[in-house]
Amino acid sequence: MTEPAAHAQDPRSDPWHLAHHFTTPRQQFDSGKLGIWLFLATEILLFSGLFCAYAVFRANHPEVFVYAHLYLSKPLGALNTLILIFSSFTMASAVRAAQLGQTRWLVRLLAVTLVCAGAFLCVKFIEYKAKWEEGLLTGARYRPEAPPPGADVPKEAAIPRARPAPKPAPVDGLLVERSTIAPAAVGPSGLAPAWLAGEPAHPPLEWRGPEPYNVQVFFSFYFVMTGLHGIHVLGGMAAIGWVLVRARRGEFGPQYFSPVDFTGLYWHLVDLIWIFLFPLLYLIT
Amino acid sequence: MASYSGVEPAAADSSHLGHVVPLGVLAAVWGALVALTVLTVAAAGVDLGNLNLYIALAIAGVKAALVVLYFMHLRYDRPFLLVVFLGCLAFVVLFISLAMTDARAYAPSLVPGQAPSMKDVHTPFGTGD
Amino acid sequence: MTMTGLDTTPPGGIPHREDNYLTHRRGIASWLFTLDHKRIGVMYLVTVLAAFLLGGIFALLMRTQLLRPEGLLFHMTPDNQDLAVYRPFNQLFTLHGVVMIFLVLIPGTPAALGNFVLPLMLGAKDVAFPRLNLWSYYLFVAGAVLAVVSILVNAVDTGWTFYTPYSTQTSGAVIPLVAGAFVIGFSSIFTGINFIVSIHKLRPAGMKWDRVPLFLWGLYATAVIQVVATPVLGMTLLLLIVERLFHVGIFNSYYGGDPVLFQHFFWFYSHPAVYIMILPAMGVMSEVIATFCRRDIFGYRFVAASSVAIALIGFLVWGHHMFPNGQSGALDAIFSVMTMLVAIPSGVKVWNWLATMYKGSIVLQAPMCYALCFLFLFAIGGLTGLWLASLVTNFHVHDTYFVVAHFHYVMIGGALFMFIGGLHYWWPKITGRMYNETVARIGCLLLFAGFNLTFFPQFIMGTHGMPRRSASYMPMFELYHVLSSEGALLQFLALLLIAGCFVYSLCRGRKAPANPWGGTTLEWACPSPPPHDNFDRPPPVGRPYDRAGIAWNDALGGYERKEKS
Repeated sequence: MTEPAAHAQDPRSDPWHLAHHFTTPRQQFDSGKLGIWLFLATEILLFSGLFCAYAVFRANHPEVFVYAHLYLSKPLGALNTLILIFSSFTMASAVRAAQLGQTRWLVRLLAVTLVCAGAFLCVKFIEYKAKWEEGLLTGARYRPEAPPPGADVPKEAAIPRARPAPKPAPVDGLLVERSTIAPAAVGPSGLAPAWLAGEPAHPPLEWRGPEPYNVQVFFSFYFVMTGLHGIHVLGGMAAIGWVLVRARRGEFGPQYFSPVDFTGLYWHLVDLIWIFLFPLLYLIT
Repeated sequence: MASYSGVEPAAADSSHLGHVVPLGVLAAVWGALVALTVLTVAAAGVDLGNLNLYIALAIAGVKAALVVLYFMHLRYDRPFLLVVFLGCLAFVVLFISLAMTDARAYAPSLVPGQAPSMKDVHTPFGTGD
Repeated sequence: MTMTGLDTTPPGGIPHREDNYLTHRRGIASWLFTLDHKRIGVMYLVTVLAAFLLGGIFALLMRTQLLRPEGLLFHMTPDNQDLAVYRPFNQLFTLHGVVMIFLVLIPGTPAALGNFVLPLMLGAKDVAFPRLNLWSYYLFVAGAVLAVVSILVNAVDTGWTFYTPYSTQTSGAVIPLVAGAFVIGFSSIFTGINFIVSIHKLRPAGMKWDRVPLFLWGLYATAVIQVVATPVLGMTLLLLIVERLFHVGIFNSYYGGDPVLFQHFFWFYSHPAVYIMILPAMGVMSEVIATFCRRDIFGYRFVAASSVAIALIGFLVWGHHMFPNGQSGALDAIFSVMTMLVAIPSGVKVWNWLATMYKGSIVLQAPMCYALCFLFLFAIGGLTGLWLASLVTNFHVHDTYFVVAHFHYVMIGGALFMFIGGLHYWWPKITGRMYNETVARIGCLLLFAGFNLTFFPQFIMGTHGMPRRSASYMPMFELYHVLSSEGALLQFLALLLIAGCFVYSLCRGRKAPANPWGGTTLEWACPSPPPHDNFDRPPPVGRPYDRAGIAWNDALGGYERKEKS
């Protein structure tokens, strides 16, 4: 009745990675690329809800943000930014290596990206731990031990909640985030590691006056935004790990590198979101 | 050949699936990103009032553009992907701007420091705790 | 036999093959782990229909309660004067809304019918990402299970809109229900991504954008909405969960938050969501009307463009749900104007369908009956939407039964009628069986009558002030409520009849030819039911509604397209 199938290529000669419903590898690659970009668009819109809530609150209660961000460590935040930017660079280079068939470099660069992601999470953990210990949590659990460094809060001002007596702060290393208990007029001792020392002994005061109401809202934003971002970093680590395993098996080359490419795109998005989170949370003036 | 409508004949060759970004370009972009990060931290140390926010967002925007265009190689890809990305941003801008318009409209009725804090509130479901 | 090379119609027509997608591999595992879009579509269909039954039972319980002014099922007694006696009613309308919207209407036409038909209409072997498609289905089921769990634990009573601050404080199991909706949201997003990429990349040579069938234009516009709007719902629900667990305070003014912000977030998704429900149904309308009026669609480009226009403008109107809720005056005005604008593309479509019917040879088979019902009911629903768009009248009828009647007219009269109509239309293709035409038409008529009896009185009592979500009412509204409840019963019986008609067709229906209706789009060029791989090779593509060569063939018992020799 009819001639045999009009495939230009005999299906048996199709490359192993070509799915049955695509006719050419180009079509499959283009489809995958469009698909991952659409997924990235949905991720951007997911975070846009948080950015919108942030914008609304900051517009109406700027004092909360100016005061509370002083509790965050700018150096650690900047370090995290640099770590993520570097990991983006290694990821983009890894995609390049896959396209050129340089499997050894591909594996090394993916491994470095993974290590950077882990480092990011470690720094985050340090920050979170410090928040926990200083009582800087969300909602009803917000019970700060002391005002933030750089804030001049008068002792006799009515502060809406009673504070427990501050614990002495043990020092256990360079990258430890602590706020001082000493009055702010002495200036913050901060938490800079030795290699960032050299800051002026008395940095300018950034806040003068009583603690504003509802400071815990800032920490709600802080934890939800960085927490959700952290979950995405974890997901990215899983994806990169899986791609790394496949790369070690030698599955990728100039003909087929889309998993590396698409994981890379996702990872760059994670970096993009942090690029916006950093100034919005840490660099408020 | 059973092709599909979206493909250009020249690109149907499967051995050139994606443009390869030169390593020099990647390194230059990385350097620029680091420099911009330093710039944004430095700018935050200078008090310019309201401008600080816009400067920080502008620098972040430039960094984001570099990442999107070069690391995510949108500069070398099909234009439709740029349409997808910009379209998504358009919706984000729409959402945030309209929500903020609403919030700013009632901002004059907010009295600073008058919102009840947690422990002072008694609700039918218990204290605000 | 013609030697055009790409002719897929052999002499004698397309044979009914015994090896089709249903028989291709057998066993439960071959269904649970299938990557075949047709099987996934069938699984969606079964789940959606089961959810429809559940939501319908909730509706019947509500209408039973409302047979008496003081409430028939839950009412105050002399020794129990606590308002909490009405709480079960609140749970009923919440669950009815959640189930019908998230488990029936949002997945309904796109996932159940669209999954099946889209690759066939493209002449393709599958959607772009078959594994993602299966993930979509399983996420849908997981979300449904979470919702059922929440119903069993402590059913939520906040209304499907979950407005804060009540939703952050109620004792109902909000978190499982909202988590279920979150998971279903991802199912929706993945389906949307799949459809957009499929329509962009899997079109055959010759199918340029101006030859894409209108059902696919509808699915494309729907997919764009799914991809853009659903993540914001995800964020809203996530924030609600976080607020309940950790009291973060974003929506609760006691903690320094803003309850109206929740409404902005919620409606940014939920308004475009209603276009997710109606656009595929409008796509089915275009297909059915073109086929059963034996004419090319009038104004193809306008109908296609109006799908995209509805999707885009639909993002600019969400505040019309919040006019009296504390939204600022400036925004009230903007949203009112935009809401009136969004009616224009819908009007364009209705006029184009009417123009297609004019001087067409109309055949009143069951899908066409449903299409006619759609025209009438959607017109009423849409026009009452304009009444709600206008600020002055909105303040009068906000949160009354007028709103309830409006959205049921568009959602049931529009989306559901064409879901059932589309099911009739593609039933021979999906199952390989014909159904009894007479019984199907009677079912349509009864459903139409029952539907109008249920919801038309609600318009009237809404304008007289009957509030919605109310378990009891003043005696002046009793007549309307009784009529409404009787209509609900009639709808239920009609749906039973329709279901029976389908079940009978599965058991005893005659075998369906490849093209029982004379359709012109590509899904009619393969056998009924289709083989596992859909097409041996890509079918020839012309204009989608070009009827040249379509003729009845007695030997086949159906239509075929004869190539000119």
